[in-house]
Order: sequence, then C-alpha cells, then structure tokens
Amino acid sequence: MERDDVIEYSLYTHHNEEQGKKIRKKIWFVTALLTVITAVEVALGAFIKQGTDIWPMVKWSFIVMTLVKAGYIVLVFMHLGDEKKSLRNIILIPYFMFVLYLIFIALWEALAINDALQQNAF
Amino acid sequence: MAGHSAHVDASTLWGGKESPFQTSYGKLMMWFFLVSDALTFGGLLIAYGFTRHDAQEAWPIGEETFNSLPFLGHGYPLLYVALMTFILIVSSVTMVLGVEAGHRMDKKGVVKWMIATIIGGFFFVGSQAWEWYHFIHGSEFGKIELADGSQAIVKGHFGELQNFTVVTPGHHHKKGDVVTEDLMHEFQHAAETGNLKDGMIKLHDGSIAKVNKSADEHMELIIKKDGKTNKVGAHIEGKKAEEMYYSSLYSGAPNKVIYGANLQQNEYGPQQYGQFFFFITGFHGFHVFSGVMINIIIMIGVVLGTYHKRGHYEMVEKTGLYWHFVDLVWVFVFTFFYLV
Repeated sequence: MERDDVIEYSLYTHHNEEQGKKIRKKIWFVTALLTVITAVEVALGAFIKQGTDIWPMVKWSFIVMTLVKAGYIVLVFMHLGDEKKSLRNIILIPYFMFVLYLIFIALWEALAINDALQQNAF
Repeated sequence: MAGHSAHVDASTLWGGKESPFQTSYGKLMMWFFLVSDALTFGGLLIAYGFTRHDAQEAWPIGEETFNSLPFLGHGYPLLYVALMTFILIVSSVTMVLGVEAGHRMDKKGVVKWMIATIIGGFFFVGSQAWEWYHFIHGSEFGKIELADGSQAIVKGHFGELQNFTVVTPGHHHKKGDVVTEDLMHEFQHAAETGNLKDGMIKLHDGSIAKVNKSADEHMELIIKKDGKTNKVGAHIEGKKAEEMYYSSLYSGAPNKVIYGANLQQNEYGPQQYGQFFFFITGFHGFHVFSGVMINIIIMIGVVLGTYHKRGHYEMVEKTGLYWHFVDLVWVFVFTFFYLV
C-alpha cells in the first residue's frame, strides 16, 4: 500500500555521470591522503623509539593524524559533510562532549592511582 | 488521549513543514546506532588508556610486540598492522565507490564494488586470525623471570634447536638416542614445567637428554617488572643478557618463563594487556565479520534487483555507513593500541 502520510527525504539523491566523476575524484584524493598518513605513522613509529626526547611530540602528532583521518572518513566517506548542519551537530557535539569528559576523568584518575601505588612501593 | 491515536492524522503528528534533519528514517536510525556503538568503542579504548597510564613503563610497546610478517619472521615492526589498516581503508574506498555507483543507478557498478568490499573484509578478518594466532602462540624466547625476581621480555634471534641427545634412558628413549622431532614444543614445555637444568632437558618419558642448540644472536632483555636489582625500562644486551636468560631458563624451577598469551598471563606485559588485546580487537573483528555478512546480504538484494525496482540504492548507503564506521574504529585502535 502506498503511504502518502510518510515523507521520505534524501532517497532520491541521484546524480549524473559528470557529478559522479567529481565525486570519484574526491574519493581517490581521500584514499591517497589516508594511505600517506598511515605510511607516515608507521615510519615514525618504526624509527622513533618511545622514551626519547621527541617522543611526546611524535605521540601528539599520531593523535592529530588520527583525528584528520577520522574526519575525512566521517565527513567524506560517510557523507556527514553533505548532510544538514542540524544532523551533523546532533551526532558530533554530544559525542565529543561525552568522550572528552571521559578521557579527562579516566586519565587523570589513572595518574593519581599510579602516584599512590608508587608512594606505597617505597 | 490514550487509545484514540488512530484518529490523529499525519499533519497533527508532524506539525512542522519540513523535517529538521531532512534525512530518511533508516539512515537516521543507522547514525544513532553508530553513535551508541562509537560510545562503546570509546569506552573500551578509554579503559585501555586508563589501565595503561596506571601501569606506565611496564606496559608493552606496540613495535616490541607486533613485529612479525607471515613467511618472513621477525624484525618488521608494525608493518603487518599497517598492511591490515591499508586493506581496511581500501575496502572502505570500494564501498564508497559502490554507494556512488548506486546514486547513478548503475547496478553493475554497485555489484562490482560491493564484491571488492567483501573480499577486502575477508582479507582483514583473515589477517586478524593470523595476528591472534601469533599473539597466542608467542615468541621463541618468551618472557623470563630473572634471578632477582624481575621479569624481562627478550628480543633477538633464537638459535635453532638441533637435537636432544639422550644421556639417561627413560621409558621410551635409550641412551645415545638422538631426538630430532617436535624439539621446540618439547623444549618450551620443559622450560615452563622446570624440566630444563644445566643444559639438560628431561623429556616427557623421563629420560634426560643434552640440548644441542645453535647460538643466539643480538639478545636483548627489556625489564618489564621490578626486581631487587633490575628496574622497569632497563635494557640488558649481549653476553650478560644471555647469561641471565639461560641461568633462569635452566634453573630447574617451574614457572620461570611464559610463552604467548592467554587470559591469565601473557609474555608481553601486564595481565590486562592480553585481556584488552583480545577484547578490543576481538570486538572489532566481530564487527568486521558482521559487516561482511551484512554486505553479502545487501549485495544479494542488489543482484536480485530489489533496490533498482525501489528506485534508489539507499540500502547500500546504509550498510556503507556501518562499513565505514568499522574502518573508523580501526583507525583509532591502530593508533592507541599499536602506535602510541
């Protein structure tokens, strides 16, 4: 039965061959970018040892590169960049608020526990 | 009023002119599911971070633990995981190309790219199986408890076991017999149970044999648990390392060495390390496996023309969302479990 009370959005997002070419070009660009970033990460991880002076910088660069990769996957591959702003916000903002809070509280607590254990040991 | 909902018409249910998100019900619900699933993975990785910060230097380093390639052996830090990451990224790309083909109503294109995606998915699951096997099986050296009570992981090249020459006969072997089969298994079992002493091995039939073994190369001990003299993070190399390792291995006392990993203990670091490895990569692997199954089901729908008749390929887009999400999670697992 045909339902006329249901409004379906975003189902007929068709595009023609010309637009498709543009979209595919973007996909291949993102592919190259993700591959290069992964290669750089592995090279850094293989050549720079943990515990050296520049390690903290390398570690932060890993985190930044990961977020860049994640951003491209979510916004381009998952098309969240093409969705309405309200949808983008309702997905990303609550998630980031909660996760950042959780990271802060968990890592802070872990360091405190480590301190307490160290003091007990000596 | 309750019980009268049948009388509410569409315009009353939806008062606004336009949906605030302008997206279909199915896609919206997929996104909500992905947010909740992302919270689960976020929780797991943060729990991992918590435990790791708690343990500090005792925690294993990715490149120390994962440095093998199939057929090539050791000495390739992180290359295998990088390959796995690449496989998953490529399968994500083929998926998004399938979605793009769907927008052009190109049925053949959708089928082609979805098959490529499914193959990539199977490759990834297979790679993970190999990695698990390797992780559970462990290295040839294992983790050793040294004389002062400290624990160390061992790097370097393990000299090949040549044979065991029986010195004292047992139920099965006579004096002078040369055992050449199943050496590694027998050797590791004897090491764990305290049946290695002063260069001799006590075989399972009770006979005692001399261990003939090539010399190790480039041995290095990395302390992972404090003892009386050795502290966490210390590196010991060369002859001294070999002396310390073998005096412990051939001490004749059981439980001095751990090979591989299970849920109780592992040779790489603290107990929780193995548990997190199994749970996080296992949970992710389960997602990949489900993703492959869902992709297969949707692909059958595409081949049968279900979505073509419907006039749009949104089903492919929705399963694509899930598949990209699996890739997204792996990007984070790769960084926080293997790299950092």
